[in-house]
Amino acid sequence: MSSENSVGVVAAQRVRFASPLLLKSGAELPGFELVFETYGTLNAAQSNAVLVCHALSGSHHIAGHYADDPENVGWWDNLVGPGKPLDTRKFFVVGVNNLGGCYGSTGPLSVNPATGRRYGADFPMVTVEDWVAAQARLADHLGIATWAAVVGGSLGGMQALAWSIQLPQRIRHALVIASAPKLSAQNIAFNEVARQAIVSDPDFHAGHYAENGVIPTRGLRLARMVGHITYLSDSQMGEKFGRQLRHGAHNFSYDVDFEIESYLRYQGDKFARFFDANTYLMMTKALDYFDPAYEYDGNLAAALARAQASFFVASFSTDWRFAPARSREIVFALLHNRLRVAYAEIECDAGHDSFLLDDPHYHSLLRAYLENISV
Amino acid sequence: MTEHERRVKAEQRERFDFAVIAGWIPPGERVLDLGCGDGRLLRYLSETRDVSGYGVEIDGDSVLGCIRNGVDVIQMDIECGLSGFEDKSFDHVIISQALQTMLATEGTLNEMLRVADEAVVSFPNFAYRSNRAAIAAGRMPVSEDLPYDWFDTPNVRFFTIADFEDLCARLGIQIRERLAFDEAGREVSDDPNLNGSLAFYRLGRAT
Repeated sequence: MSSENSVGVVAAQRVRFASPLLLKSGAELPGFELVFETYGTLNAAQSNAVLVCHALSGSHHIAGHYADDPENVGWWDNLVGPGKPLDTRKFFVVGVNNLGGCYGSTGPLSVNPATGRRYGADFPMVTVEDWVAAQARLADHLGIATWAAVVGGSLGGMQALAWSIQLPQRIRHALVIASAPKLSAQNIAFNEVARQAIVSDPDFHAGHYAENGVIPTRGLRLARMVGHITYLSDSQMGEKFGRQLRHGAHNFSYDVDFEIESYLRYQGDKFARFFDANTYLMMTKALDYFDPAYEYDGNLAAALARAQASFFVASFSTDWRFAPARSREIVFALLHNRLRVAYAEIECDAGHDSFLLDDPHYHSLLRAYLENISV
Repeated sequence: MTEHERRVKAEQRERFDFAVIAGWIPPGERVLDLGCGDGRLLRYLSETRDVSGYGVEIDGDSVLGCIRNGVDVIQMDIECGLSGFEDKSFDHVIISQALQTMLATEGTLNEMLRVADEAVVSFPNFAYRSNRAAIAAGRMPVSEDLPYDWFDTPNVRFFTIADFEDLCARLGIQIRERLAFDEAGREVSDDPNLNGSLAFYRLGRAT
């Protein structure tokens, strides 16, 4: 069930966009659907809308729960609700499942109108910039000319950053949390291991597993396991699991000996049951390709020259996936452009996943920043 | 003195400090405030001088205070320098009563004059008359501008007007202006190293 101050029962909505969308890769989607949820009320001036962008495995279901599925609580429910830092009494909050996702928006699981069969591996590669373009169509549909804020953690933060560059007149504040201006070689390396785990699964069938009636669960499971390691900190993993043994003794076998093994297997199994492998591949590529400075000879400040928004940037001390130094790159590029920015480096033990937790100081910072946004 | 009186006095003192610093900041400037606390100096400067300012602060609660005050702040440790800040990217860089809390005194002064054309520095003068009297009586001074007991002071460097000016000379830093005030807030011109409790400097590089 949802927590205190929950937005309560929510329902997803769906919108179809009939006109084609030209993607960054050069491919074109003939039309597409997005599923989304909204919380709070759009004011008459349409000045209180906040877009929350999801990260790799997130969805449009940010807050509240479903009438027929009360256990399915939104992934950022601790942030969004009446009286919460992203206060739905003040803001009209929008969550959307990104293009290519597997929670109902057009993606690899959808039927390709050209063939009458599921897209599968034929779904075109989409990028962070394509997501922003699709989200802008949703904003048009909802009558939102300008977002009061675009908020996101990790890959979601990259979307907030991309909004500020791509559609600078349509975003007043960008909240970029536990994010980075581009992936490092190490980040890409972890993504590649995850992808290879999936594509080398015999059930992958070059991405057309659905037609073959199977799911590459072993690959997905491995992909999630390796990803999960990068979301946690060494210290937190040590604290939570240490070298605790599952059965109290060394078994001298390849079954689960250590608790951490059991935990990773559990996380992997859980994920492989519901997440689509093609979406996972595509999301990791979207991460890899994201680099607004790429077209400016690697100069992030030049890429941000078009931005006009005010920024809140936050990083977490134990996040080694997108370490604080990565956020500082963003901060100094903003400073170069004389943009407004507040940057907090938050002491938190939980690594990259800290952005999803409700650390009191972290939430106080978000609350303070969001309270000062005029609507 | 009651707690309320103490607070009122501290606020008056603070306003006085702010006014001295603001007197050196032309309107509309781009300002960086090191060790900015909850951003109240920057807020004052933006209200009275229409500056666009950023603060730098290491303490998390102070950063939260800045955000509450609507002040742009960057959480980082200035002991490690100001790398990331571009050369001459500010008109003024300020360090208001925070230099004495830092170990990297020389590095900080050099970095300040790298990122800005001019630096404004204020600090408590350890050689102020009443501080000398305390030492002469065998005690660490506790005064208006050094309000901490020795065991819980955030200050790590204890220096005087004369010491500071020696260091500036050694670092090739030009003292463009100095103001010193006694504990009552009166400007002193006669022997400031003895009669000044709080010192303010405008610093630059000789051009």
